[in-house]
Formats: sequence, structure tokens, C-alpha cells
Amino acid sequence: MHIVVCVKQVPDWDIPPASFKVDEAAKKVVPPPGVAPVPSQFDAIAVEAAMKIKDAVADTKITVMSLGAATARDVIKHGLAMGGDEGVLLVDDAFNDLDSTGTAKVLSSAIKKLGDVDLVLTGRQAVDWDLGVTGTLIAEMLGAPVITFAKSVNVANGNVTVERVLPDAFETVEAPLPAVVTVSNELGEPRYPKLQQIMQAARKQVNQWGAADIGLSKDDLAPRLTLEQLFVPVVDTKVELMEGDSPEDQAMALARRLKEAKLI
Amino acid sequence: MPNGVLILAELVDGELAPITQELVGAAQRLNAGPVSAMLLGSGIEASASKISGVEKVYVVDNPGLAEYTNEAYTEAAAAVAKQADPAIILLGQTNIGRDLGPALAYKLDTAVAMDTIALEMKDGKLHTTRPAYGGNARAVNSFSGTPAVATVRPKSQDTAEGGAAGEVVKVDFTPAGVRAKVIDRKVATAEGVRLEDADVVVTGGRGLGGPEGFEGIEELAHILGGAVGASRAVADLGWRPVAEQVGLTGKVVSPTIYIAVAVSGASQHMAGCSGSKNIVAINKDPDANIFKAARFGIVGDYKQVLPAFIEAVKKVKAEG
Ligand SMILES: Cc1cc2nc3c(=O)[nH]c(=O)nc-3n(C[C@H](O)[C@H](O)[C@H](O)COP(=O)(O)OP(=O)(O)OC[C@H]3O[C@@H](n4cnc5c(N)ncnc54)[C@H](O)[C@@H]3O)c2cc1C
Ligand SMILES: Nc1ncnc2c1ncn2[C@@H]1O[C@H](COP(=O)(O)O)[C@@H](O)[C@H]1O
Repeated sequence: MHIVVCVKQVPDWDIPPASFKVDEAAKKVVPPPGVAPVPSQFDAIAVEAAMKIKDAVADTKITVMSLGAATARDVIKHGLAMGGDEGVLLVDDAFNDLDSTGTAKVLSSAIKKLGDVDLVLTGRQAVDWDLGVTGTLIAEMLGAPVITFAKSVNVANGNVTVERVLPDAFETVEAPLPAVVTVSNELGEPRYPKLQQIMQAARKQVNQWGAADIGLSKDDLAPRLTLEQLFVPVVDTKVELMEGDSPEDQAMALARRLKEAKLI
Repeated sequence: MPNGVLILAELVDGELAPITQELVGAAQRLNAGPVSAMLLGSGIEASASKISGVEKVYVVDNPGLAEYTNEAYTEAAAAVAKQADPAIILLGQTNIGRDLGPALAYKLDTAVAMDTIALEMKDGKLHTTRPAYGGNARAVNSFSGTPAVATVRPKSQDTAEGGAAGEVVKVDFTPAGVRAKVIDRKVATAEGVRLEDADVVVTGGRGLGGPEGFEGIEELAHILGGAVGASRAVADLGWRPVAEQVGLTGKVVSPTIYIAVAVSGASQHMAGCSGSKNIVAINKDPDANIFKAARFGIVGDYKQVLPAFIEAVKKVKAEG
């Protein structure tokens, strides 16, 4: 079994909403000073899904793949510390400011170059743009089936079986390998690497490929979607806090206020 | 020349899902040519006349579409799109739309803007606005090719009411065998009012300390005739079912009153409830983000405030 997990490096989302800033001219998010980027939340969970398969299926190899800046090596290392075997880092000036189609083209080309891949795992959506399209596009480009929003991923007899999370239902879907699966948080918390694993990960191989290595040029990556504007919406609600000497008084004040406003 | 707007209609138990007429409304307001709908499924042709305010309803009625699968629906929707040749395709950001949107866009050699909340035409081209960065930011996108495909967040658009039913156009299409097959399906049964449709939602967060904390939440929801919601922290901890999760990766609700108890109000949570007309917050932390979006609030420990509020509501309601 060869599993590729696609991990994106994103700005840390776990910051107070007040410190979220956007440079409107550059159409970019400005992370607060000193806050380092992290592996996208669902992508670490996708590595966990791969590790669960590795724990169950002998001879499983996990390749952790990331497209981004040179610093994306850190999120690959994190996946390797969780138990991944090898990394692929995709860096090139031609990869700057790609849209999802371009991103999927780079990732699927790199997966094709690896050759013997049985299963590709991605997050359900990257926590920066919250799109949820790259996994499906990779599947289309590989000509493989896709199963989205996985809560469990099992592999047996050349098939992948996935329990999907839907708002009002659970669904089990089965597909022949090779396949692409996008992973949701219901799969469970990702394992936390131990110090010794972090040290081992430092010695694991990370191959760095540019556009030419995977047979692509800038022209193959022309965006289909253009970002026209990025801004922080203004919320101008003024909260009316209930005063009172006791919780009972406050509670009664709230009930009366809601009644006055004809809400209850 | 591609022209007009094609929307994907959705049914729930044979009736039109609310998103269908929301999409028709959004499509009409774009003023970008004729609006038509596509309806895909098995044994659904009779429902086509329920869609109003559209010129045509393209129907693919085939046993291979009885159950939603990514592959069969993508092929069917692409077949309709090729026949109808629209400039814009709108889907709901629903179970179906969020799975189908990217694949359909790829099949049509174009791009998709996901989870959009506002759409407008600028110089004859579609511009979409969508939340990004967990709801902290808004991104406006334009498309370089046609058709422009967008998924639209439920409840973000006013419903189109009235108007005539469209002319039914049957599209003959049989899907090839699918590779990813549904082998089991369980519907999570919710009791009482459906969360998405409720006029009152009472949501509990991690600050409740455990599943027992939800007794008061359930009681309050019951008294007000509302539904219970949960934050993702609570769903992840297994205190409440995922079906109750409100937020970016849960459900979108827009009740008249949204009461959030011991919920911090993270942007990803607000993404699911910021359309509520009145947010009421009970939280012990005066700086909690939830108070930034709330209209009414109490700063205090829910252990004291919630039982007192339940009694107060009972009393005030009894006064008539
Ligand atoms: C990509 C992504 C998607 C996400 N999607 C969602 C989503 O769909 N829905 C969602 O909800 N979250 C989502 N999240 C998670 C979100 O960021 C928050 O972590 C989550 O909403 C926090 O839940 P909470 O408010 O219950 O818990 P906390 O943030 O832990 O807040 C608990 C609150 O309870 C208060 N409190 C504690 N004790 C008491 C008491 N005794 N009385 C009164 N108040 C008390 C505290 O002051 C605090 O404000 C997502 C995150 C990411 C990264
Ligand atoms: N630059 C990237 N590098 C590696 N994986 C990515 C990248 N962009 C997207 N992905 C994968 O695709 C998933 C969905 O991303 P998106 O479609 O942008 O929401 C992510 O959770 C990742 O697993």
C-alpha cells in the first residue's frame, strides 16, 4: 500500500478574532507577529487516517506531500514525525498564487510521478480558504473515484471503504483503489508526535521538486478563478448586557427584555 | 453563446428543498438571462412542476440516479449543462452541491466558487463573495471561463416566490456504472423541530462542562419550541450528535432567536449562526467573542444563570 497525504501549510487559525488582519491591497492575510504557520487542521487528521491504515495493513508506505513555500518543509516533517515515511515538497516560482485547479494539477502531477500510489488522502477543506475542492480535482485529474468527508477510512481486498459524515446521515461508500478520500474531523484527533519521533523525522527523506521535475510550466497553471478582493467584514452589533444584583435579577431582566422585543 | 443561469433543484422526500427556490431567487436577481433548473433523480419527473419562476426545467429521470453518487450525478449534470449551455450554474452548498460542485466544474473545463453568500454581475461577469479564513474574511472572486459555477450557502438568498412553472425538457441520459458505491446509509433521526428550520435555537458549548450540562439547554429549547444546537467542540467530545453542530463545518441556521450558552463564539461557529436575527449570549467571560455578535447578553456562570432564566421565561410566558 502506498498512501499519499496532501498537507497544506496555513496561518495558525487558533488566534483571537481581533488579531486577524488582512492587507487589502496585497489581498493577503497578515499573520500576527511571532505566530508560525501550521499544518492545516484536517490535513493532520488525514495523516492520522493514513497512520490508522498503516497500523492495520502490513507494508504500508506513507508519503507526505506539500505544495507551498520552502517553509512547508515543516508541515511535511510534522507528518513524518506522526509516522509518515517520506516527503515530497513542491516549490517553484511558477507555483505562486495558484488557484485550486493549478494546485490540483501540481499535486496530481507529483502523484503521477511517484507512480505506484494506491490511495490519496486530503483534508475536507484547507482551513485558510475553506474551499474543499482540491481533493475532488486531484481525483478527476488522476481518473480515480473520490469519496468526500470521511469519518473512517479502511482498506481491504483492493477496495477502500469510507464512512462519510453528512449533516443528517451516515453513509458508507466503497470504491476500488486507486482512489482519493477527503477526511473530516469526526475521524478523531491526530496523534501527537513524541520527541524521539520528531528526531527520527529529521532524518527521513524529503524530495524537493519544481515545475520542470513534474513536467509542468507556468502556462499549464493559468488560474480560472481570480481573487478580486479580500476584506474583513464589519460586525457592528451593540450588545445590551443585563444588569442585576443576582443571576436571578439578570435572568428576569433578560426574559422581560425578550418579551418587550416580542421575541418570546 | 452560453447564456442564462442554470440552477440545480433539490428535493427532500419528494418536496422541493428550500434551497431550490433560494437559488431561483439568486438567479433571477442576477438579471443575466433566462433562468432554468435541472432536476436529477429517479421517479422525480412529477416534481418538476413544483419549481416556479424558471423558463425550463431539465429533467433527468433515471434509476441510476436514485441515490446520490458523485460520478453519476456529475455525468448527468454535465449532460444537462452541455444541452442548456448556461453562462452560470448555481448549486446549493448542501450535501450534494458541495460534493458535486468541484467535479462538475472540472467536467465542464471551468472553475467553481464554493459556499458563496453574495452574487452580482459586474461588466457582464459573475462576481461571487464567500467567507474565508473560518469566516474572518470575505473573498470576492471572478471567473476567467464559462460557465461560472458557484455553490450558494443555504439561507443566504431570499426565496423566489410565485411565477409560473417551467416547461419540462426531458434529457435522455443513463449514467455509466459508478466506481464509488453507496453500500449503507443511515439517516440520523432528530426529534422535534428540525434545527435548520427552527425559529428558536438554543446552543450549548464546551463551557457546559459535560453532556449533563445540556439538560437545561433541552429544557429551554422545549419551553421556547425550539431546537438544540451544539458547537463543534461539543460534537467532537461526543456530548451531542454531529447532526446538531452549528457552524462552518456543521449546519447553517438563521432563527429569530439564537441563544448561545457557554459558547465562545469562534468565527467558525459564527459562520453557522450569524444570519440569526437576534443572538442572545450567556457566558462567564465578558470578553468572549460571542458578545460581539450578540444583541442581548448576560455575563455570568450558566450554572446559576440558566436555571434562573428558565424560571424567568416560564414566569414571563405565563403572564401572557
Ligand atoms: C476549519 C474549522 C472548522 C470549524 N468548524 C466549526 C463548526 O462548524 N462549528 C463550531 O462550533 N466550531 C467549529 N470549529 C471550532 C471553533 O474554532 C471552536 O474551537 C469551537 O467553536 C469552540 O467551541 P466552544 O465555544 O463550545 O468551546 P470554547 O471555545 O472552549 O468556549 C467555551 C466557552 O464557555 C465559556 N464558559 C466556560 N464555563 C462557563 C460557565 N460555567 N458559564 C458560562 N460560560 C462558561 C467560556 O468563557 C468560553 O467562552 C472549527 C474550527 C476549524 C479550524
Ligand atoms: N498547497 C497544498 N499542498 C498540499 N495539499 C494541499 C494544498 N492545497 C490543498 N491541499 C489539500 O487539499 C485539501 C483541500 O483544500 P482546498 O480545496 O483548498 O480546501 C487540503 O485539506 C489539503 O489536503
